Amino acid sequence: MMEITEIEKQSALDKIKKGERLDGRGLKDFRDIKIDVGVAKKAEGSAQVELGESKVIAGVKFGMGEPFPDTPDEGMLMVNAELGPMASPNFESGPPGKNATEIARVVDRGIRECEALPLKDLCVEEGERVWKVMVDIHVLDHDGNLLDASALAGVKALLEAKMPGFEDSKVLRDEEHEFKMEKVPVTCTVAKIEDKYVIDPDIIEEKVVDSMVTVTWTEDELCSLQKRGNGGLTKNELLEMFELAREKTEELRQTTL
Amino acid sequence: MTEKVLKDKSKVLPGDVIAEDDSLAGSGTYKENGKVKSRVVGIARTKKSRIRVIPLCGGYIPQEEDNVIGRITGIGPSHWWVELDSPYDGYLSISEGSNEFIDLDNTELSDVYDIGDIIYTEAIKVTKEKDVKLSMQDRICKKLSGGRLIRISPSKVPRLIGKGGSMVEMIKNETGSRIIIGQNGIVWVSGGDEDLTVEAVELVDEKGHEKGLTEKVEKLLNK
Amino acid sequence: MGKNKDMDLLKNGKRIDGRGKEDLRELEAKAGILKRADGSGYFRMGNTEAVAAVFGPRELHPKHKQKPQRGILQCRYNLAPFSVDDRKRPGPSRRGKEIGKVAEGALSSAVFLEEFPTATIDVYMEVISADAGTRCVALNAGSIALADAGIPMKGLISSCAAGKIEDTPVLDLKGEEDMNGQVDLPIAMNAETGEITLLQMDGMTDIEEMDEMMDLAIKGCKKVAEKQKEALMETF
Repeated sequence: MMEITEIEKQSALDKIKKGERLDGRGLKDFRDIKIDVGVAKKAEGSAQVELGESKVIAGVKFGMGEPFPDTPDEGMLMVNAELGPMASPNFESGPPGKNATEIARVVDRGIRECEALPLKDLCVEEGERVWKVMVDIHVLDHDGNLLDASALAGVKALLEAKMPGFEDSKVLRDEEHEFKMEKVPVTCTVAKIEDKYVIDPDIIEEKVVDSMVTVTWTEDELCSLQKRGNGGLTKNELLEMFELAREKTEELRQTTL
Repeated sequence: MTEKVLKDKSKVLPGDVIAEDDSLAGSGTYKENGKVKSRVVGIARTKKSRIRVIPLCGGYIPQEEDNVIGRITGIGPSHWWVELDSPYDGYLSISEGSNEFIDLDNTELSDVYDIGDIIYTEAIKVTKEKDVKLSMQDRICKKLSGGRLIRISPSKVPRLIGKGGSMVEMIKNETGSRIIIGQNGIVWVSGGDEDLTVEAVELVDEKGHEKGLTEKVEKLLNK
Repeated sequence: MGKNKDMDLLKNGKRIDGRGKEDLRELEAKAGILKRADGSGYFRMGNTEAVAAVFGPRELHPKHKQKPQRGILQCRYNLAPFSVDDRKRPGPSRRGKEIGKVAEGALSSAVFLEEFPTATIDVYMEVISADAGTRCVALNAGSIALADAGIPMKGLISSCAAGKIEDTPVLDLKGEEDMNGQVDLPIAMNAETGEITLLQMDGMTDIEEMDEMMDLAIKGCKKVAEKQKEALMETF
């Protein structure tokens, strides 16, 4: 497919300058969000998030493993993301690139830093055996803002997850035990284009972003930040963006989780 | 001939038998065991003692005399490479690049068309190996700047043009926009009510093969 | 999970999920589910489901792979990490590569590749949930995606497995049956013409049984074809 052209970028930019967008949304509106849970039947928890035309599936698997030496009594969280060749004509097969790695790590930090998972409860035998919680994010269709879609899918899949049982060194996948998150982090990216703040940039708008910041909030605390893009931001701008993200994450929490 | 045509005017899928007499095989079909079968998802139509299948989807493969919208992706010593949203790039030589003489002593090729520029051009020659030779000689061909660019399915281009240009003329009249349509599914819109024009073009792309398309577009334009 | 000899796979003619010997699992099919891809499809047989995307015909890189006379069709088959009981490490596996290769054979024979010299048609098949028969389900999604992309073809390719459990030929094995069964026989075919384009077999059997199992699988493919067509008819 032909790359996004200057004409398309310019028309997106012209709209944003006027406080409008090509698809008719307000600058601070998300696209339509559709969530389906239980989409991957072999996963212990799964969710498919459609954010406009971006489509992401997250699946949670539990496994048994040896704990890290510095946290012998804690379970482990692993987040992996794949931007497979299916999602865009410009993606290729192969090991995760920089974008996939950034998605995985930002989603991971959001969950990890607010201690969303009861890691201590996931210890089976100190220093020997702990549960590994593995969140895999698969991007099926790329129409921009994959990070927010991925974070939402990851958290929703964790909220849906049921833990298998464990007995005689065997993981019993027929059993379903409660798995409760202690906190629910929600992620929102705020982009700055010209002098405007824009929520949920689509694939064309992402090409004209000066800079953006991806913010993860629990109900009352800021738990992870990632400044992205090549432009700079002032402290005041950043504070405004955090506040806007807080408002929008609260909205997401109410409407989607 | 009608009794030998099984599926005139109906929706067909690849492999569907559409006629019993293979002398009727037209475009979008193939012959097998004396029968005519469809090779694409499309609508079967008999016309001039042939049965054709008009595709409902599919990408663009360049054909001679097609006018297309492309993007300059490379510049050589005396030619440009042009991406056409197709597996085959177009080749635009300096002699075909303009109907005015380009003096290489005083001009860089990138002064004429630079990488990233969008042009409305014509495929004047397409070989069996799909080498595509382009030309800007025709006076309707030109570099496009400003405006909006929309990508629609190439299979919907005939609907957007309409019978004798009726659909595109109607949209132009109602919106005051200029519209240039590439056979490769890229549409350029400029001036007038661009938002409304884009909406109308997208509607044709979405509902292009449904009945009453003209009425639907009319309704949108008169909203 | 190893073989469990004591497992009762067939009781009074009924299988563990209540099906008879010649019954398929529940089928579901969709076309045109993705935006970026030129064509896309979804197929589900029971708890096995896959999504497929087609890109192309498009320029083939690297250039030395290009063929001047005809295009090529390339398949990628991948199991999502969460599609199986114990998480699968992401990335290519030997099994996945082999399936990609036989899938290329299965689909290429149906496509008019001679119309796209030097180009490629890429078919990406992603298994979301695996309960046996993943290559069949992936191919069924892939074939829908090819038609949805408007690729000229002789017909749809439909795929289904037959097998043997408790010395009895049955249609469309599910996970436990595949694991503890005796034979697995996936085939893919143009259900219209009867041309078989993929055939693999694991296990011990004889000609007579093969004959019976192939008939079963062919019956299954025909039902799959109906479902694929339904999805395409609904989408367009």
